[in-house]
Amino acid sequence: MSETSFGASPKRKEDPDLLTGRGRFVDDIVLPDMYAAAFVRSPLAHARIKSIDTKAALAMPGVHAVISYHDLPATLRERRLPLFVPHPTLTPRMQNALAKEEVCYVGEPVAVVVADNRYLAEDALQLVDVDYEPLAAVSDCKAGARPDAPRAHLDLESNIASRMLSSVGDIEGAFRDAEHVFREEIFQHRGGAFFMECRGVIANYDAAEGALLIYVSSQGAHRIKRALLDLFDLSDTQVRVVTPDVGGGFGPKGSFYAEYAVIAACAMMLGHPVKWIEDRRENFVATHQERDQYWDVEIAVDDAARIRGLRGTLTHDNGAYTPWGIVLPWISVATVPGPYVVPAYHLEMRSVLTNKVMATPVRGAGRPEGVVVMERLMDRVAREFKLDPAEVRRRNFIQPSQMPYNVGVVFRDGRKVVYDSGDYPACQAAALQTIDYDTFRKRQAEARQQGRYIGIGIGNAVEGTGLGPYEGAAVKVATNGRITVSTGATPQGQSHKTTLAQIAADQFGVPIDAIRVETGDTSKISQGIGTFAARTAVNAGSSVHLASVKVAAKAKAIAAKLLDVREEDLELRDGYVQLAAIPGSSGAASDNARQMRKSLAELAVVAAGMPGFAMQDGAEPGLESTAYFTATQSTYANGTAVVEVEVDIETGRVTILRLILTHDCGRLINPMVVDGQVMGGVAHAIGNALFERMLFDDQAQPLSTNFGEYLLPLATDVPRIEIVHQETPSPLNPLGIKGAGESGTIPTIAPIVAAVEDALSPFGVKILETPITPQRIVELLGDAALGRTR
Amino acid sequence: MKPAPFTYHDPAAISDVLALLGEHEDSRLLAGGQSLMPMMNFRFVQPAHLIDLNRVKELGFIRADADTLAFGAMTRQRQIQRDASIRQSCPIMIEALSHVGHRQTRARGTIGGSISHFDPSAELCNMAVLHDAQFVLARKGSRRTLGFDQFARGYMSTAIEPDEMLQEIHLHRWAKPQGFAFEEFAMRHGDFAICAVSCLVTLSGSGAIDALAIAISGVAPIPQRLRNFETAARGQMPDHTLYREAALQAAAIEAMSDAYTTADYRRHLARVLTYRAVEKAAARFKSQGMT
Amino acid sequence: MSDTRNIAVVVNGKSYERTVDTRRTLGDFLRLDLGLTGTHFGCEHGACGACTVRVDGIAVRSCLMLAVQANEKSVQTVEDLAKGDSLSPLQQSFHDRHALQCGFCTPGILMTMTEFLEENPAPSEAEVRDALSGNICRCTGYQNIVDAVLLAADTMRKTQDAV
Repeated sequence: MSETSFGASPKRKEDPDLLTGRGRFVDDIVLPDMYAAAFVRSPLAHARIKSIDTKAALAMPGVHAVISYHDLPATLRERRLPLFVPHPTLTPRMQNALAKEEVCYVGEPVAVVVADNRYLAEDALQLVDVDYEPLAAVSDCKAGARPDAPRAHLDLESNIASRMLSSVGDIEGAFRDAEHVFREEIFQHRGGAFFMECRGVIANYDAAEGALLIYVSSQGAHRIKRALLDLFDLSDTQVRVVTPDVGGGFGPKGSFYAEYAVIAACAMMLGHPVKWIEDRRENFVATHQERDQYWDVEIAVDDAARIRGLRGTLTHDNGAYTPWGIVLPWISVATVPGPYVVPAYHLEMRSVLTNKVMATPVRGAGRPEGVVVMERLMDRVAREFKLDPAEVRRRNFIQPSQMPYNVGVVFRDGRKVVYDSGDYPACQAAALQTIDYDTFRKRQAEARQQGRYIGIGIGNAVEGTGLGPYEGAAVKVATNGRITVSTGATPQGQSHKTTLAQIAADQFGVPIDAIRVETGDTSKISQGIGTFAARTAVNAGSSVHLASVKVAAKAKAIAAKLLDVREEDLELRDGYVQLAAIPGSSGAASDNARQMRKSLAELAVVAAGMPGFAMQDGAEPGLESTAYFTATQSTYANGTAVVEVEVDIETGRVTILRLILTHDCGRLINPMVVDGQVMGGVAHAIGNALFERMLFDDQAQPLSTNFGEYLLPLATDVPRIEIVHQETPSPLNPLGIKGAGESGTIPTIAPIVAAVEDALSPFGVKILETPITPQRIVELLGDAALGRTR
Repeated sequence: MKPAPFTYHDPAAISDVLALLGEHEDSRLLAGGQSLMPMMNFRFVQPAHLIDLNRVKELGFIRADADTLAFGAMTRQRQIQRDASIRQSCPIMIEALSHVGHRQTRARGTIGGSISHFDPSAELCNMAVLHDAQFVLARKGSRRTLGFDQFARGYMSTAIEPDEMLQEIHLHRWAKPQGFAFEEFAMRHGDFAICAVSCLVTLSGSGAIDALAIAISGVAPIPQRLRNFETAARGQMPDHTLYREAALQAAAIEAMSDAYTTADYRRHLARVLTYRAVEKAAARFKSQGMT
Repeated sequence: MSDTRNIAVVVNGKSYERTVDTRRTLGDFLRLDLGLTGTHFGCEHGACGACTVRVDGIAVRSCLMLAVQANEKSVQTVEDLAKGDSLSPLQQSFHDRHALQCGFCTPGILMTMTEFLEENPAPSEAEVRDALSGNICRCTGYQNIVDAVLLAADTMRKTQDAV
């Protein structure tokens, strides 16, 4: 293994530019004669638009257009934003590019102002006069599901957009004869991704060429393009979407937003490039979020604390429209069983429309919610049985010998959840060993003597990764010998340019700097999906591998003919195809061997053919190959998080003392990158568990609209994270890899909450909500929180 | 999030500032910008005139007099934090400042800006009430000095008239030695305090309380002293009974409520943090070996 | 009619004279007027630190300063940290320790921590985290950033000792 190949941790190719201020994010891109846009957005969660008066705004110097629904081109008026993930149980509701007659969430785009610069555009916003008639709004999804609730859209018969049942085994039987049944109601609250770079798009329409060029900070250039093709009736080659450097995505940048269609239309109508950069105020109300979720669940166990069945309901806050169908709550439902044997499972999900901004996948994509549900139930069982929570879990683990294990539920990839590989008991054991679990109760007792309250929590998770349908890679050696890898993957910090280069470099025997990796440009590869859901290493990585293998093989085939040697005797190294060194050879034999080589450039020239001459053996031209690795199903990674906390019972403050993550994502392309992803994911979990509250009032008016109100974890809030690696290779792709992008988040929220509850166990406090805040802890403690002041 | 247009002024002398204030009714003073600029970027405020104080050198000073510490309104928080004479004579100020935002905030933020903004969670407002601050207000042609109770009008509201500026802040200086403590609860480091309790105490030779001051901020719309308790505590021994009594007094003050934080929780924090603050201040006094 | 002023400012060692709208923020002046797009806006309300630059050596939030306030001052941005192809010790440490992923918050952190290390050549981890608390990162979980800062401090002390 070379120092840059698969499994090594070379430093990133992305770094030099990013470190020196030469990154190229959407807002850094300047096109000649470019205008700036700003959106008029609904200040009300639900209202009828009575009139829009744009005269004063249009009259402002420097303003070039003020466009509302009726000014949009015909296709944007006739068509709604496309839905890419329909489902038989879903009654979809998709958005217009600009609100037509009714606005359904605070922040919904109503009109756009295009001006010389953003300062002027914002000045003009204040002059646009929209007359709204307020309507009753749906704020809470449980209330919204009631038949007498106001409708989130006036023409809805019901706010329930989907009812879906996941059912495995004989649930009636499981509960009928159950020795013990425990019930919990768990609330998991809204939150957002809050990438540091807000959304943004530039559209440029070259009328002479009929070409629409889009720069967009997104997680899927091809999906953006697909939506634009649906909305604008342009031909495939007329639309090019490019994602430059992206400052964080975490899910919500994977959606196609109304603003992108509107800005494209503006560019086409005005004949100038138009740039729109979301500011943080807009980001709070118009970028997709995740959750609320209300769970009402029961677990049936036998006398040995083994699960017989689990059933219940999930009421999920979808927000005002359905851009992601039911993907998010579906993932939550499918994740609940986790690494445990659950012989019977029956979960009714309803996804409810509310007058809030849409809920779509955010890091973890519904999986952390499922883990919280199962792990809270396991802790309940442990408490009722007076058993060690680790032991309860041990008794219920799926054993490695049972792999592949069919859970029975259907995952959002349309396939049954079949865990392909993983050793769950070993994963938990490793985490417990690292945190010195066996001595914890003693330490806890000693702490209590001193008036200190410490607690420990465990979270186990299995996560579907490497989601299909595919990701492609086009590997090409140009006639000058330079190697390029193009993929539809769209990184937002995941280091694809380095990791994918590592995979290709292995096949070509070159350092990673010799491989140029292009991502997120629809003109560089025909089909693509994008980077989200921890799918890129598996899909794009496998494709890069497959395509590189093919190109290397072709290079050897051509070289073998030219050199009149056997293909098996050749190797690729440092830009050449040459005779592999014969062990023990030296001197003349060695010199000879060095003559017997061809550069990649020469081989590529041969492969390109010469005008007038037939191609050799009818071979396909070009030293290139495009592969689309198709995952037959998701490959399942797993992890265990164990967290130790201290709770100050007088203030409710939670301090994380230790945080261990044992993590199995199969073989690692670049361990340093994986660790970085894991640590970042843990920070998101800490935010979700302890800090992030996205509040709305009872008319669905957002109350959290800046970073002073919505709290993200800072460097003083995230402890050192101890990561222990396990490696159970995936049998489902050529490299044996699984996804890692969300694995720091998914198992980690549950044990933080559990640890707080454990710390407060002398007071009988139960915690069934996330986030859990100091204020809430004090409320739950009652008089006990008075401490020494009692 | 770009500010609305304004006419910009950057006077170099106090007299010019006052002239501008007198002339332009719809104006705002720009000090460190850490509170005003966010509001302007959000367009919550859109003054027609912006009077930038950052060129007025005479507004930036720290002066230790016999009984007072005097600060020019434009003295940077960062400068106060690093001032050796303040560290020597008023260490509680240094500790309080370590909770004010982050280093970038304190690099520009000023004592006068924070106090005239008068956010009840602001640590410097806590310091002001703790030290019986006097505020020198200037308008064209005249100055006046107000005590804290006259200066504080209500929630984020002071006695500063539209044509006036806060020019100087004078803190009553406690003689050394002093015991001090600053107990703050904020959700994250550098956040506005949900509750902060500060305490200054001196003990007599017998160990009984000689002088005591307790200030609570973040709870009521205006930072509060526990004056009745402070008076009653004189001559008492600092022990659990006293700390608890202080805590109970603190728990009785008026408390704000908002979407994020209940009045009950604020009062609860006032109670537990007051106990800690008085206990710690007394211990600190004793550990200086003066009793 | 917009309110404008002429300003003279030194940025990364180079002198500029420009006429600017008085409401133009310093961050926008750097990005739009001077094309120095390394400084990023993450929030424009003083919470995230992504826009941090150094004015007369002091790390400040450029979203909360006006360009006119930089008149007759010296400003340093991330573009000035490297010398030619040579990364600064802190930049190199970030590279060595994988202290950036998407890179959007990185320039602000580099400017803050460069100032911090100048004043605190031998910081503890707790001091580093405290100094870093005014900069939000959503990708790294901060640990590698902290390690990079400690490594840079170490490297620079060793270089000093060797001198």
